Amino acid sequence: MAELSYREAVARAIAQEMARDDNVVFLGEDVAKPGGVFKTTVGLYDQFGPTRVRDTPISEQAILGAAMGAAMTGLRPIAEIMFADFAAVCFDYIANQFPKLRYMTNGQLSCPLVVRTGNGGGARFGAQHSQSIENWTMMIPGLKVVAPSSPQDVIGLMAAAVRDDNPVIFHEHKALYAAKSDVPEGEIVDQLGTAKVLKEGDDATLLALALMVPRALEAAEVLFSEHGIDCEVIDVRSLVPLDTATILSSVAKTGRLFTVEENPRLCGWGAEIASIVADEAFWDLDGPIVRITTPHIPLPAADHLEDLALPNLTRIVDRIARATDGAG
Amino acid sequence: MAVADENTDPPDEIRNDDVGQDVRLELYRLQVEIRDCGKRAHDLFLQNLVKGTCHLSIGQEAIAAGMAVAMQAGDKSFCTYRGHAHTLARGVPMEGVLGELMGRDIGLMRGKGGSMHLTSVQHGVMGSYAIIGAHLPIACGAAWRAQYLGDDDVSVCFFGDGTTNIGAFHEALNFAAVWKLPVVFVCENNHYMEYTPIGDVTAVEAPAADRASAYGLERVCIDGNDADVVFRTARDAFQKARKGGGPSLIECVTYRHCGHSRADPATYRPEGELEAWLERDPIKLYRARLAEFGIDDDAIVAIEAESSRKVDAATEACKASPPAPDALLSADVYADGDWSWRN
Repeated sequence: MAELSYREAVARAIAQEMARDDNVVFLGEDVAKPGGVFKTTVGLYDQFGPTRVRDTPISEQAILGAAMGAAMTGLRPIAEIMFADFAAVCFDYIANQFPKLRYMTNGQLSCPLVVRTGNGGGARFGAQHSQSIENWTMMIPGLKVVAPSSPQDVIGLMAAAVRDDNPVIFHEHKALYAAKSDVPEGEIVDQLGTAKVLKEGDDATLLALALMVPRALEAAEVLFSEHGIDCEVIDVRSLVPLDTATILSSVAKTGRLFTVEENPRLCGWGAEIASIVADEAFWDLDGPIVRITTPHIPLPAADHLEDLALPNLTRIVDRIARATDGAG
Repeated sequence: MAVADENTDPPDEIRNDDVGQDVRLELYRLQVEIRDCGKRAHDLFLQNLVKGTCHLSIGQEAIAAGMAVAMQAGDKSFCTYRGHAHTLARGVPMEGVLGELMGRDIGLMRGKGGSMHLTSVQHGVMGSYAIIGAHLPIACGAAWRAQYLGDDDVSVCFFGDGTTNIGAFHEALNFAAVWKLPVVFVCENNHYMEYTPIGDVTAVEAPAADRASAYGLERVCIDGNDADVVFRTARDAFQKARKGGGPSLIECVTYRHCGHSRADPATYRPEGELEAWLERDPIKLYRARLAEFGIDDDAIVAIEAESSRKVDAATEACKASPPAPDALLSADVYADGDWSWRN
């Protein structure tokens, strides 16, 4: 075991996969010699050289298009889109090209690539560099969508994403890059489509993703110590494929479901899960499903306003306490 | 209106025959087959057997033929929604193309892609892309793979004049030049972006060639109705790419005899324009070229007869083919062949 930051885990994950498979190549803006604007790819250029780790122009369409062309002809590229918000300038590839290639060609071609994005808020960057876009990507048939919350999951899920034969959108959370935790030595490979129960509990199920995971865990502690509510906290980790089995079995036990979502409210990932649970586990529920989300607003830059927008500890605790008291 | 640097029938080039009879017959055969298959697609559309949309290349066949004949097996074609010609030119059987247009099980993708997405990987046809400009960066990626692995194949990317005004075109050109990729970009300038004359919406006269210098590339603007000229230009560009010389941008000046798609009667064309271009019909020109080189009329007629026979046989095979089975609906969403997004 060694303590590793989330940003160091990104570089270790990519290095693990590049060392294993010569077909893994990596491209993006400022990723090679500079080591990434978030310092997530430091050392890769030195270790793997200029033919495998390549700086690109500021051309997001060229980055994703080139990744796709390489993927469909035999390589397994990892492409960085620096801020997740920039997915909007190359969304054609994310929405129209990667995910439909296999289907439209009747299985003649596949698109085994990973798009890493710096997702999420909390860094005071304002409305065009802070969004949580996981729900944009979740709704497109043919993509897989992952958002890890810990250094170990960054490595394990990145390895799984690189080895997967589908296009995977890998949402790293910018506000987690500095977060540290112990990570085992040696190769780490996880499995896409698996949620993780981080804390067991009997009274309520809390689903969270990425930056909302540590907040949900903190809220669970407060809810137990101050309100006597024993929450089960699940890190959803993978939106597509979605581990509904873990979620449904937790709801069957607790009878209550709360989602803690950073994406803005309309069509956030929790809405789909709420729909599934209402459909398939309605009689397990002891009360309404409650979604705690960023409101349906663009994100402000100022620190106190941004803190007000994203689900925070106080809001999470209050909302769950109110709902479980029967008042909400 | 863009004018080719090199006009049809340059007498010296014709006399200096570096094309050869076999290649010439192949160029003629492909042009005739592409034309016949395109006309048949149109007929089948009028019979309501081809649904949806259908973008024909009638009048532009010399480009598909000249480029494809200059390619090697393993070279990769990236086409647009107007991609039937380039697909056929790589040797894809007509029934695969017509069957796909008709939504039959015999189609190249068994009806899952349709007219705008013809793909046949075994023939090097790496897809037809219906979002303008999208495939230029994708072709760069395939070329990057060749460069990285040391493969000697070239990626050839076809697009229309309208594509030169979208961002992906400029991103791809710069990217390919900076990375020195073995990719050849081929602009088929048929003078209309859908319904609007390209000159009305473009700051330069030759929409592709006049942009080449911005990416450090040579200006190449050729007669796209002369299959010999296309073939020679393609051969040189492919050789350069294979030798590590980087990308080329070739503008082929041509004309679309039909409207943009089956829904377009092309009434926006000035009077006499079509008639003038029909005089320069690539197949008519090339038939005369063959005669000029003393190729026997019987050989020419045999090619034409065989093309008719092929298109009739393909039509019958497609009409006899059932639609794809219902199970195909949810197949191949993901690489495991399935569509499952949850457990």
